[in-house]
Amino acid sequence: MAEYAHPEALVSTEWVNQHGVDPKVRVVEVDVDTKAYNEAHVPGAIAWAWNTQLCDTVRRDILSQQQFEALMSASGIAADTTLVIYGDNNNWFAAWAFWQAKIYGHKDVRLMNGGRKKWLSEGRDVSTDTPHAAAAEYRAQAADLSLRAFLPQVQEASARHSAALVDVRSPQEFTGEILAPAGLPETCQRGGHIPGARSIPWGRAANDDGTFRPADELRALYGKEGIDGSKPVIAYCRIGERSSHTWFVLKYLLGFDNVTNYDGSWTEWGNLVGAPVERGAAV
Amino acid sequence: MKIEEHQERKVAVDGWEVNLTSYRLGAEWHAKADNVSPGATLCRTTGASREDAEEKALKRAEELLDRTKRHTV
Repeated sequence: MAEYAHPEALVSTEWVNQHGVDPKVRVVEVDVDTKAYNEAHVPGAIAWAWNTQLCDTVRRDILSQQQFEALMSASGIAADTTLVIYGDNNNWFAAWAFWQAKIYGHKDVRLMNGGRKKWLSEGRDVSTDTPHAAAAEYRAQAADLSLRAFLPQVQEASARHSAALVDVRSPQEFTGEILAPAGLPETCQRGGHIPGARSIPWGRAANDDGTFRPADELRALYGKEGIDGSKPVIAYCRIGERSSHTWFVLKYLLGFDNVTNYDGSWTEWGNLVGAPVERGAAV
Repeated sequence: MKIEEHQERKVAVDGWEVNLTSYRLGAEWHAKADNVSPGATLCRTTGASREDAEEKALKRAEELLDRTKRHTV
């Protein structure tokens, strides 16, 4: 079985069990459902809320460099800290946090393979204590925008096929049958997908226990849709967190060089006046 | 403290496939309903028994899923 391109970007639940409270390790839970942490969490873990701490709460954007520095400092994270992130929904927003940490140049950041789901299902110790993090002095690097796609790049990719577009939402969102995941509020004016995008739902990259599928299976999954690393790839979903999961798979597990996450995603494209939209299944 | 009696199963709610997880944490039972595709959490509930927590989760999931509009493609 082939190894992941960057196995160091993942840790197992057992690794966290052994090392989660080491002085140079900081474990952070990032959930879609921000109440999940309070129910129970990995002992020693702190929490970041994706909707208040991992984005600019005034304009729509990820954290600025200064905001990221403030978050890391307040969380007791230094440049040489091993940052381990995990969360619910198979690490959706954990991957979003990982993506931002890489944008701002944190060297040693890892996802806990299987996330919150695997930890709980294994019957491991949990805690309801919120640990106090002694503040640190954190200096981030300037944003590495080679990891992020903005609207003009996506428009060019769609029009000129300069990059492969991977839509990681559910097939029903892709076709336009539903405008948001079932049960969640609609957040766009139009349904469908960006012309030229391939439909590869994020969940196909995960096993039932929440861990990532083996490298060979991932390579076959994306390869059969023409996503083989030979040209740039842009992943998108609805708001950018599911596509962070796929971005992680393509960049860190398969080792593709040029992979970006379009965090504007369908809430930008599907609300854009005059943007071309395709409906129905992929051709 | 440990999660005990963790259980997960798929059920159909209002025509949608839902993943229902439940477990005991101390004296309290917890349940969580996710839509299977794409895997988003719908609700999280607690109860005095597994049945109680799961019933609340399914009721809330049904309310939420009932609001989902299917558009003609």
